[in-house]
Amino acid sequence: MSESTASTAPAVQVNMANLRGGIEYASQWTLMWLRFKKHRLALISMYIVLGLYVMAVFSEFLAPFNPEDALRAEGEYKAKAYHPPQGIHLFYTDSKGNTSFNPHVTVLKEQVDPDTLKKTYVRDADRKIDVSFFVHGFEYNFLGLFKTDIHFFGPTKHGEVFYLFGSDRNGRDMFSRVIYGGRFTLSLGLIGVVLSVILGLILGGISGYYGGKIDWVIQRVTEFIISLPTIPIWLAMAAALPKDWPAHYQYMAVTVIISLIGWTSLARVVRGRLLAMRGEVFVVAAQLDGCSESRVIFRHMLPSLASHIIAAVTLAIPMMVLAETSLSFLGLGLQPPAISWGVLLKEAQNIRSIAAAPWLFVPGLAVVIAVLALNFMGDGLRDAADPYSH
Amino acid sequence: MVDNVNTPSSDIILDVRNLKTYFGTGDKAVRAVDDVSFQMQRGKTLCIVGESGSGKTVAARSILQIVDPPGRIMGGQMIYNATGEAGGSVVDLAQLHPRGKEIRGIRGHDIAMIFQEPMTSLSPIHTIGNQICESILLHQNVDKVEARARAIELLRRVEIPNPGVAIDKYTFEYSGGMRQRAMIAMALACNPKILIADEPTTALDVTTQAEILALIKELQQSYGMAVLFITHDMGVVAEIADEIGVMLNGKMLEFGPAEQIFYSSQNEYTGRLIDSVRKLETSARRTRNTKVSERKLLEVRGVSKIYPGRKTFLGGSKAAAPFKALDNVSIDLYEGENLGIVGESGSGKTTLGNCLIRVLSLTDGEVLYRMGDGQIVDLAKSGKKELRSVHKEVRMVFQDPFASLNPRMTIGQIVGEPLLVNGIAKGDELRNRVADLLATVGMPPAAMERYPHAFSGGQRQRIGIARALALNPRLIIADEATSALDVTLRSQILDLLLDLQDKLNLSFILISHDIGVIRYFCDRVAVMYKGQIVETGPADKICGAPEHPYTKALISAVPGTHPRDKRIVNRHRYTGDSAGGKAA
Repeated sequence: MSESTASTAPAVQVNMANLRGGIEYASQWTLMWLRFKKHRLALISMYIVLGLYVMAVFSEFLAPFNPEDALRAEGEYKAKAYHPPQGIHLFYTDSKGNTSFNPHVTVLKEQVDPDTLKKTYVRDADRKIDVSFFVHGFEYNFLGLFKTDIHFFGPTKHGEVFYLFGSDRNGRDMFSRVIYGGRFTLSLGLIGVVLSVILGLILGGISGYYGGKIDWVIQRVTEFIISLPTIPIWLAMAAALPKDWPAHYQYMAVTVIISLIGWTSLARVVRGRLLAMRGEVFVVAAQLDGCSESRVIFRHMLPSLASHIIAAVTLAIPMMVLAETSLSFLGLGLQPPAISWGVLLKEAQNIRSIAAAPWLFVPGLAVVIAVLALNFMGDGLRDAADPYSH
Repeated sequence: MVDNVNTPSSDIILDVRNLKTYFGTGDKAVRAVDDVSFQMQRGKTLCIVGESGSGKTVAARSILQIVDPPGRIMGGQMIYNATGEAGGSVVDLAQLHPRGKEIRGIRGHDIAMIFQEPMTSLSPIHTIGNQICESILLHQNVDKVEARARAIELLRRVEIPNPGVAIDKYTFEYSGGMRQRAMIAMALACNPKILIADEPTTALDVTTQAEILALIKELQQSYGMAVLFITHDMGVVAEIADEIGVMLNGKMLEFGPAEQIFYSSQNEYTGRLIDSVRKLETSARRTRNTKVSERKLLEVRGVSKIYPGRKTFLGGSKAAAPFKALDNVSIDLYEGENLGIVGESGSGKTTLGNCLIRVLSLTDGEVLYRMGDGQIVDLAKSGKKELRSVHKEVRMVFQDPFASLNPRMTIGQIVGEPLLVNGIAKGDELRNRVADLLATVGMPPAAMERYPHAFSGGQRQRIGIARALALNPRLIIADEATSALDVTLRSQILDLLLDLQDKLNLSFILISHDIGVIRYFCDRVAVMYKGQIVETGPADKICGAPEHPYTKALISAVPGTHPRDKRIVNRHRYTGDSAGGKAA
């Protein structure tokens, strides 16, 4: 069937009238991109993933409040714990009935039921908090380059407070904390995968190119590692980490622990591809052309592998993200005050706090979005990685 | 069921009128079958012939409405006239719903189909008997015992030895030819009125092909079926066709009785198709002024290749027995000579080619090669360095033009690679050399910046030849270099190689299963069977008056090009045992 769909007109003559830049001149990467673009879901997912990583890089700039501060509006003596989420209203109607464009947040007042002492928040009709772009807030170091206190958006008047995703038990802004949490979780996924790729490429490469006994040994080791029950091993290794290590030590240690197990699947992908390619006719042709072994590997075989590896890597990141989240959720990964999505979700372990504040699940939603987007993008890449398949 | 159709004459069982099957919709639709009309007569064979991409398979699949999506029948009528049968009626197949009950009643029951690749069209997890019984039970009102009895009878009809035992075997226990026989048995299960055969012999060896063609012919006569035979091989057409339709680019160029098409065709393309096959019945080396030197270029002495048996994990000897791919092969090649190695699949001809160029190592024997400077090298024992210098003089052209070019490199890089890695040229000089090489094989220099996917099969094979020529070789081993190409391209590539030989003082070893290609191209031929060379001799003698019984069978199984010859019916049959136990 493919014979008839592929080409109805036999291309007996080379059509040299085609302009440069046509599909004839398209390199592997161009073809891959052309095909990836057709996969709408993957394309959208790619933009979401890019957005998430931009968020992780510019967390300080994007977060309106310091995620570690228990926020206190001016004139109030204590932070508002479990404050519900507030929405941003774009238009404001004043007491005279005039409507104008004025982004603002309505203020909620804390009320205590005199009988049950239960705290509720009710609308305070008199007050509003104006919101605008590029406002002054807490001071931070922009990408380690210079100090500034400009934020993407926030309360127009410095010192006012609002909670887009509500607040946690200490009155900290969940919105800012989710943004900060993304930085740890997502970068840990990326770095973990890089470590896995290095291990996987080397071991899988040796295994696949040389084959034979070396292959047998490496494959059995891989199988042994795969057969280890993952969660208990992580737990054991993480439990061995000293609790008093600073956050970035913990961070590196957790990354290494996760990637030590993650490399196995990548090694298998690389090995399988290399084994299959070793028998390809164009590789034999390269050997007969007089290419040295290293040239055969690096010039002829690896370029064909690159696209597949990228696809495999993209599919491995979500696994890392989930691993970090589970470890931290169990209290064995990153420790507070470090902020990651897993650490944030740990707050949601408590049934009482969930009943009172369901918005504590927002970091879980972020994990779901990130994992889904990465998976869809990886699927799209995998399909696009071989533009010659149909 | 059909109102506005004049009832066709009862001789015509299927009348296809203006059939249109498109892939996709709108302007971008690929018109796989574009306004095709033909008629099938009761009890006759219609061959639809065309090159790859001509739409012949889609046309056949349209009849049963099993075109893969996004393909759709966009117009036309397919009038199936079953009025000759009890309770038969006239049906327009094009009007039936592809998943409807009516078309399912016709598929397999009235119109059966067999496919090119019997391995993939039979289920690997059911026994052959189960699969045949299923199609009997589906369409006929019989019980399981009865169905099984019929299945055994069918297997006997398709000449499968010992059908009572064979019925309980699995697909993988059957050889390629037996699988195709089983497929035919399945298709015959319900006494179909029409049998559609889509390239049923393309994946088979020529002797097996002859068996299957003869079987189909014989069954057609005893069952009175009409057969629609799809093929690209004019030889096969000549053997079996009563009527012929020639397709090109989705259109039916010509339709008529076989003799008319073969002997008085008005169409230029049909003429080209027939000529390109007839051309291969002659020898090009005779007409050219060939000059074969007395000096030996290559001496192959007692070469063997044994794949050792594999032991099971626990040391048992059951995993795989040792396999002798080459058994004491000896042959000479003179300078300027074209040596053909012919044999069926599994005969060891490709292994021999790979051993000569040392892609595979030899188990035993020597391959003495006379270098350009007169030094004689034993390739069987050469080290890496020596092999590298030999590989500059001995080059290879591969079978599959799609797999042999790295899709990640441009044509310029691919052709220039041997020059670059051997330090012969780089930079501008490299570009000029590559442009020259491309010109030698008839490709424009603008091809250099393009990637392999921009070229068709024939063009890619030219590029592969340019790469082989890059280092000014003295010997080129061409392993089935033309078998992946359409017939009209086949002789073009062979002529190109012969032209190059005249200019560049080359010798060739051509490995092929195609007798026509060998006869056209080679001076001398070695016939291989089960790892041994059974006969060696001048090409015209081997192809005209062979001595060894296997060669006789092989040559007589090759389809001719004249419909009146009916060579296959009169073919010589070879069973391994009659050759003095050589084929144990």
